[in-house]
Amino acid sequence: MNAPNTSGWKPEMIPADGMHSGPATVTGNRGLMLEEPLLFEIGRADVTGVDLPAVDANAPNRLGGLARSEAIGLVGLTEPETVRHYTRLSRQNYGIDLGFFPLGSCTMKHNPRLNEKMARLPGFADIHPLAPQNAVQGALEVIHQLGHWLCTLTGMPAVAMSPKAGAHGELCGILAIRAAHEARGDAREVVLVPESAHGTNPATAAFAGYRVEDIPATPEGRVDVAALKARLGPDVAGVMITNPNTCGLFEKDFREIADAVHEAGGYVYCDGANFNAIVGKVRPGDLGVDAMHINLHKTFSTPHGGGGPGSGPVVLSEALAPFAPLPFIRQGDSGEFYLVEEENREERGPSFGRMTAFHGQMGMFTRALTYMLSHGADGLKQVAEDAVLNANYILRSMEDILHAPFGASGPCMHEALFGDRDFAGGLSTLDVAKGLIDEGYHPMTVYFPLVVHGAMLVEPTETESKAAIDQFIAAFRSVVERALAGDDALKQAPYYAPRRRLDETGAARKPKLAFEG
Amino acid sequence: MRYLPLTDTDRQAMLAKIGASTIDDLFVDVPEIARLDGPIHGLPMHASEMAVERHMKALAAKNLVAGEVPFFLGAGAYRHHVPASVDTIIQRGEFLTAYTPYQPEIAQGTLQMLFEFQTQVARLYGCAVANASLYDGSTACWEAVAMATRVTRRKRAVLSGALHPHYAQVVKTMAHFTGDTIADALPAITPEPDLAGLMARIDEDTACVVVQYPDILGRIADLAPVAEAAHAKGALLVVVNTEPVALGACRSPGEMGADIVVGEGQSLGVGLQFGGPYLGLFAVRDAKHVRQMPGRLCGETVDAEGKRGFVLTLSTREQHIRREKATSNICTNSGLCALAFTVHMTLLGERGLRELAAENHRLACLAADRLAKVPGVEVLNTAFFNEFTLMLGGKPAREIIRDLADRGVLGGVSLGRLYPGVAALEHALLVAVTETATEEDIERLAQELEASIKETV
Repeated sequence: MNAPNTSGWKPEMIPADGMHSGPATVTGNRGLMLEEPLLFEIGRADVTGVDLPAVDANAPNRLGGLARSEAIGLVGLTEPETVRHYTRLSRQNYGIDLGFFPLGSCTMKHNPRLNEKMARLPGFADIHPLAPQNAVQGALEVIHQLGHWLCTLTGMPAVAMSPKAGAHGELCGILAIRAAHEARGDAREVVLVPESAHGTNPATAAFAGYRVEDIPATPEGRVDVAALKARLGPDVAGVMITNPNTCGLFEKDFREIADAVHEAGGYVYCDGANFNAIVGKVRPGDLGVDAMHINLHKTFSTPHGGGGPGSGPVVLSEALAPFAPLPFIRQGDSGEFYLVEEENREERGPSFGRMTAFHGQMGMFTRALTYMLSHGADGLKQVAEDAVLNANYILRSMEDILHAPFGASGPCMHEALFGDRDFAGGLSTLDVAKGLIDEGYHPMTVYFPLVVHGAMLVEPTETESKAAIDQFIAAFRSVVERALAGDDALKQAPYYAPRRRLDETGAARKPKLAFEG
Repeated sequence: MRYLPLTDTDRQAMLAKIGASTIDDLFVDVPEIARLDGPIHGLPMHASEMAVERHMKALAAKNLVAGEVPFFLGAGAYRHHVPASVDTIIQRGEFLTAYTPYQPEIAQGTLQMLFEFQTQVARLYGCAVANASLYDGSTACWEAVAMATRVTRRKRAVLSGALHPHYAQVVKTMAHFTGDTIADALPAITPEPDLAGLMARIDEDTACVVVQYPDILGRIADLAPVAEAAHAKGALLVVVNTEPVALGACRSPGEMGADIVVGEGQSLGVGLQFGGPYLGLFAVRDAKHVRQMPGRLCGETVDAEGKRGFVLTLSTREQHIRREKATSNICTNSGLCALAFTVHMTLLGERGLRELAAENHRLACLAADRLAKVPGVEVLNTAFFNEFTLMLGGKPAREIIRDLADRGVLGGVSLGRLYPGVAALEHALLVAVTETATEEDIERLAQELEASIKETV
């Protein structure tokens, strides 16, 4: 235990100039570390990888005089060149399939391949959103079944399925809250958000036209209940609280907070980004939640895809359910499923309207439902327990050398939070993150939440073996020990990634956002 | 359970290290009232791959698959042939299981792809800068309106009557809460869009005018006069495109003077998928507006050794830095769909996209001519790309569509579905014809439509 790692690498093996050693190559490649030019440097305007009939310049057209006269400026590659170009690019990426990816709050768990296979069944992948409803009963049933799972797992009576991602789900919940207040002629202007919240929370509330006020955290890393209660009043529309919170702790006073908010005429939005810690163990409905989004791409294993697509269904309380966005699915008396849209004037009730063109992220619904069916109620409970167990194991395996600001607050949930106290020689959290890259890991989330100096948020998820976690702990300890010792070499890390540290300041000062030439 | 690597022995050893005797010791902060005594009731227990596959396949079998019948639906979602290599590439684990590229040294694959994507979209739209994608065309449309209100410091948006009604609904939903004023209209059933009427609605308080191209009825018109009229009043022109393939044949919105161009990118690489996930495209013609853009932007830079590399940039616009002052609340975009779009566009290239567009237009012209011969049917459009509006001589289009589905033909989208309760639009049918339709499919549609019209009262 606590040996640097099994490969024998030691900091002193870095050459004196701090650079990666070895002779230069003509190509710039280093064996399997392959450089790849931009598409626009290798593609040609007259090359295509798709066989189509040649354009007949003399064919009559009905483009109303708007036929393109100028070149678009695109370039093409044949199929073998295309496959090679993007395969070579893919190898410059880190993904869960390659290794441990403990990015806190992002829940980088294994993406089961059965999900991918099911989403590609032509009966799901090749159907049009505006097909007659009698031709897509199976699709509507998938949405209905997934909604049933989400309501049952959260103990909530209703769900809005159309939000496209977590932040879009937040928007859905906040708009439902505004619509509910408006329906009773109660104009409220303020939404309270803890200072530890994810940035989307205040951005969402502001996007929906609210003024945002911060609620402080207690020294133990939870919402300051007294401060929150003191701020409640007739101008407060609601609160947005993440539970488990971004410090990795369960908000144990959540029910008390919810009761106080309801007493003051407000609603409770729960950011469900961290639902994976409690799925199958705790039903948010039992805690007084009015609205909560669920990131299917976190808790229910749909792939993150290098930044989306996500999917953010929102469960709603009885009080907010009537305001759910269009469209939604109902089941008729004879068992058929149908969409309630703008035209169903009576059934749509006081819905606040449409948030997106169609019915939500169907491709993510099929994946998430596949995952839920695979795990079942028993498996999902085990998911939460193993995720929490792994996070606590990391917390207790690191806290002797790494500052764990809330380590004394009790067990953590699905993620362990550390700070940069005692790092020497001007070394920072960023340096530790880059050091972990050299060890073959994707770093944890850094500098978030903002309430901890130099925060490092480590979320292992349940899909890692004990051996994988032990190996990570050994590597993490080694890098932290270098930071505590002020090892200057860490400032230049990573050494072994496809790129050394990138000049982000320069990128922002003179933005170059498209290929020129 | 096949996705959970810990054994009971592991769990016991880990609990011992933690100093807990049972797993529930780690859930002590959950209040008594919220504790459950076992697995949640009312849900099945875990199941094998085979059992799950059986369940899902039974659901899939209840849908009429587009590729198995003559298929002519569009209205914002188009069925195109996606080359086999697109899906192979997006299933590579390094792309599929990566996160937003917060650690650029080990995310150059995603970042370089996004830089290529941004370049392709900007050129297709005739713009200077495109972002790294938004959720879909409809949410991109609202983001464009919101951006225009920021740029102009005005709060009124004029929507063309021929903007996709779902896009207009999304804009109106959001504007209701932000306090912006939306001037919308119903589409005029005319062979050409009513641009004069649209321009007359632009005033000194107008932040932007939003026009779809090709529009919801499939019509195309030169938008340069609208751009001039908007600019004369200090407003921006937002052009919405729901069919990027059209821009392989038609002039780009940027060329016609659009300030912001947004759209749906689903046509390339992504597939129908019952409406999502799709791909929101967002671009600005003039780079001076870049700091008001929503969403992620990928930029070129160099690393410590001077090698070219890419990073997410200008993030001071974004929620994780600016919180309530951000240009948008968006966090996740549609990265994997952007990859699918870019791979498909790379396979096409300039030549392939132009050929694809020409083939779409050729077949659409063929279909329009054939369908115009069905008794009682007229083609409304003077000009179109691959989608046009049929007038059914007083017959209800929704009923015809359902009847056609029963006959095994997915014949189009009825305007009655899109504009429920508007009597003037009940007899209009949108027909989209892409390269996936064969001449036999077109003939079959014509024959079944003729039969259906005869039998529908």
